[in-house]
Amino acid sequence: MAPAAALRIEDLHKSFDQLEVLRGIDLEVDEHEVVGLIGASGSGKSTLLRCINLLEPVNAGRVFIEGEEITARGVDVNRIRQRVGIVFQAFNLFPHMSVLRNVTLGPIEALGASKADAEALATDLLERFGLADKRDDYPDRLSGGQQQRVAIVRALAMKPDVMLLDEVTSALDPELVAEVLNVIRELAAGGMTMVIATHEMGFARDIAHRICFLDEGVILEEGTPEQIFSQPRQERTQRFLESIIEAGRM
Amino acid sequence: MIGGESPEKYQPLPGGSYTPPSGDRGSKILAPLKAEGARGVTIAVVSTVVVFGLLTFAILNSSGWPQIKEAFFDPEVFWDSLGKIMARFGRNVFIFVVAEVFVLILALIIAVTRSLRGPVFTPLRILAAAYTDLFRAVPTILVILLFGFGAPALQIKGVPHSDLFWAIVALVLVYSAYVAEVYRAGIQSVHPSQVASARALGLSRGKTMRFVVVPQAVRRVLPPLLNDFIGLQKDSALIAVLGYTEALREAQIISAANFDFTPFVALALIYIVITIPEARFVDWLVARDQRRLQAVGGV
Repeated sequence: MAPAAALRIEDLHKSFDQLEVLRGIDLEVDEHEVVGLIGASGSGKSTLLRCINLLEPVNAGRVFIEGEEITARGVDVNRIRQRVGIVFQAFNLFPHMSVLRNVTLGPIEALGASKADAEALATDLLERFGLADKRDDYPDRLSGGQQQRVAIVRALAMKPDVMLLDEVTSALDPELVAEVLNVIRELAAGGMTMVIATHEMGFARDIAHRICFLDEGVILEEGTPEQIFSQPRQERTQRFLESIIEAGRM
Repeated sequence: MIGGESPEKYQPLPGGSYTPPSGDRGSKILAPLKAEGARGVTIAVVSTVVVFGLLTFAILNSSGWPQIKEAFFDPEVFWDSLGKIMARFGRNVFIFVVAEVFVLILALIIAVTRSLRGPVFTPLRILAAAYTDLFRAVPTILVILLFGFGAPALQIKGVPHSDLFWAIVALVLVYSAYVAEVYRAGIQSVHPSQVASARALGLSRGKTMRFVVVPQAVRRVLPPLLNDFIGLQKDSALIAVLGYTEALREAQIISAANFDFTPFVALALIYIVITIPEARFVDWLVARDQRRLQAVGGV
């Protein structure tokens, strides 16, 4: 048997009351692959990411992580979430905890790591991403870019199989975007499997092995960055990219 | 709670976030002076001295003042009664400190119970809601009479028959209902995105509550918690209705013996003197936490 994909999604449906946000998503992500999700606001990017680690219950369809179905009944969601890291648009650090505690909370309380081990790992990661001197600060002392980097470190400390990044630079001032993107580049270079929802088209083009264009709850078109950005086949993809270029975002 | 596609999208972006009124109420009265400069300060000082001077003059020279002074502000009775009342006030301190400890614990249990999700917990949620409805509705003095006289009268084996014990039980039951609502408001004020990020790390619901929600909730509701603590402090005097000699009862006894109300004024003064530092202490706590809890992007 061929090794299972890092992430496989089969015919995923998700509705909020009457509104069907995801209408049958199929997606397979290989290990070490970086997939960029692009599409207009409301196209379902965030919802898709939140379904992958079960922050949103799905209505129909199946999700597999490393070959294990996580949408099956009786699956321990906490264990699944430990394997899937997610970073949010608004950072969502815990404001009442120091940077170190933000990063060690998951490993200690969810994975059962010892305090010493968790702190050693956290210190390593913080050092790697230039945050060593922020270790004992509280989130309010950090810039948006630093907060988002801590949020990435917090997810990494769980040693996830897959990382989901939900428009992680959208809430940042323009001059802070680069430092966060560089962290993600480093993760990609290190072979981290990632699904990245983003509005930064240049970045998506750079870093992703594959681009998926989401439109009205389905993946309307997917392909290599060159193909999607240079010769989009679908009219809606073309129109979306044109609007992005007009807005000066590419 | 905010529902919908992705709760963190509904947050104001950093910088645009709402900042509730700050905790430094103590300085508000004098704050406008800063903007006015030296001339403003002079006007403020002169007008304050004049107004308060006139008020004092008017009171001291009013026709009823000698009688009032004798009935409420008799220095001899004051100094005589103050020591005795203060000694008895120790009992009140014991009552409200012990009660407060249990209130803070019981109320948190009730609030967390009411916040439990899932159909299994429906009976528990109903119980918690019924409890707060019940004990907020009934007058405190009635609950104290009911327990303080009622429970010892049962003479059931193993049930304490100390009226003090039952009075404290009554206060704990009543105030837990109020404080539970305060906690619940705090729990609901923690943004759903905080829960989402704790759950995303693989923390269970219980651990999310314990490490992420409750610590933030408690910090936010410190001022209303103090409010209820002061209420409890004052209501410790209600135990006098059981004939238990705490400070109010003592003041009443001295007052009756002297045909003079000064002991009541002395007791009022004791309450004021202990409450003011408490208020300033909470202001300080709130100011210390405020920046931390409010400044984080989007929360």
